[in-house]
Amino acid sequence: MRAEPSNLPIVFDDVSLRVGAITLLDRIGLGIPAGSPTVLVGPNGAGKTSLIRLGMALAAPSSGHINWGGREQPHMARCAMVFQRPVMLRRSAAQNVAFALVAAGRARSGGRIAALLDQVGLAPLADRPARRLSGGEQQRLALARALARDPEVLFLDEPTASLDPAATKAVEDIVVSVAVAGIKIVLTTHDLGQARRIGGDIVFLVRGRVVEHAPAERFFTAPATHEAATFIQGGLVL
Amino acid sequence: MSDGSAWQLVIGGDAGLYAIVWLSLLVSVAAVALASVVGLPLGAFLALVDFPGRTTLVVILNACLGLPPVVVGLAFYLMLSRSGPFGFLGLLFTPHGMILAQAFLVMPIVAALTRQSIEDLWREYREEFGAMRVTPLRRIAALLWDARFSLVTAVLAGFGRAAAEVGAVMIVGGNIDGFTRTMTTAIALETSKGDLPLALGLGLVLIALIVAVNALVWGVRRIGERAAG
Repeated sequence: MRAEPSNLPIVFDDVSLRVGAITLLDRIGLGIPAGSPTVLVGPNGAGKTSLIRLGMALAAPSSGHINWGGREQPHMARCAMVFQRPVMLRRSAAQNVAFALVAAGRARSGGRIAALLDQVGLAPLADRPARRLSGGEQQRLALARALARDPEVLFLDEPTASLDPAATKAVEDIVVSVAVAGIKIVLTTHDLGQARRIGGDIVFLVRGRVVEHAPAERFFTAPATHEAATFIQGGLVL
Repeated sequence: MSDGSAWQLVIGGDAGLYAIVWLSLLVSVAAVALASVVGLPLGAFLALVDFPGRTTLVVILNACLGLPPVVVGLAFYLMLSRSGPFGFLGLLFTPHGMILAQAFLVMPIVAALTRQSIEDLWREYREEFGAMRVTPLRRIAALLWDARFSLVTAVLAGFGRAAAEVGAVMIVGGNIDGFTRTMTTAIALETSKGDLPLALGLGLVLIALIVAVNALVWGVRRIGERAAG
């Protein structure tokens, strides 16, 4: 059997993204390698979401190039994304997962659906309408849908931004477990605690530019830039 | 004329009256079904697929919401009459011809309301479906299914128009007693003849039917919404 092409590393080469006169991303040079989770941090409007939308090929750069494992296009079947406010289809939790399986071109197997729901702790709620689930449960269901794609890279855009601590922990536990299982995590957050808990390497963005990219331990103990140091200490980076 | 005589016709199970009621229901339901078969996918297609001339088509479709039934009736009369292009089908002055004319009137309502519902839902689903790389056909099917409760309203609006319509069915059906006479055409005829009890009886049944169908569908919709979330 032929191995599927890898999307990693994802390389951003002098990438800019502009909407009208507004520059969302400014000449980004960044490599996202295989391995431990990459966490994009920065204040609101820094360009975190724009960057992962480009990484997921949901938008095209205004200038510059992106390549996925050396190719101009990603192997989409092996990329998945979870949004800050995931949209639940108007059907049961199990049917949401079934839809994701079919959309990914995979068999709609009852066993696989049950396993995915079990993986995110929603097996008892399989038949409940997805829109009736709590915010945390909906986010876990979105994770199950993403995992239905059997992704190599999983992009998460502020997945716990509107969740309470217990729901946040439940989501983070799943993220860490799938990272340990070998799925590359690319996550955005403005929660530095979350970045510490999950991050393998940290990409710090301000006003559409990568200000610092370093292993998490070094970023938090010895930030190389004044802006990063201010952000870590809880100061306002505008 | 008294209200009592109108009620007697309704409650007494007058055979002539119920034949008219039955034909009216049959024509309206068939017209709505036919209009939905075309209007639902057409509305979804217009909501989701961008192509040259789409805006013009949407404007024409919306304009068709105000189509005068008598003009549609006249157009169908000309097309279905013996010397018309579809005269060979022999549909003029038949219930089938009436169904076609009504379906033509109802289809724009179903398509326009479907387009609006699907477009609203698509705004919500666009990013998620983009990330899942959902194919266009599966997108249409999923959105039609997820918008099903809103689409019931579109179909109901179509049924309302069909059930209340008189101009087109009068011209295409000919209001033939026992064959193409519907509640609305009978009301018009009986009123002009001065048989107000029958006209009033038919009016009561027509209103009761529309209320009953709406109540039934509303109930089913509520139960469905509760189950689907």
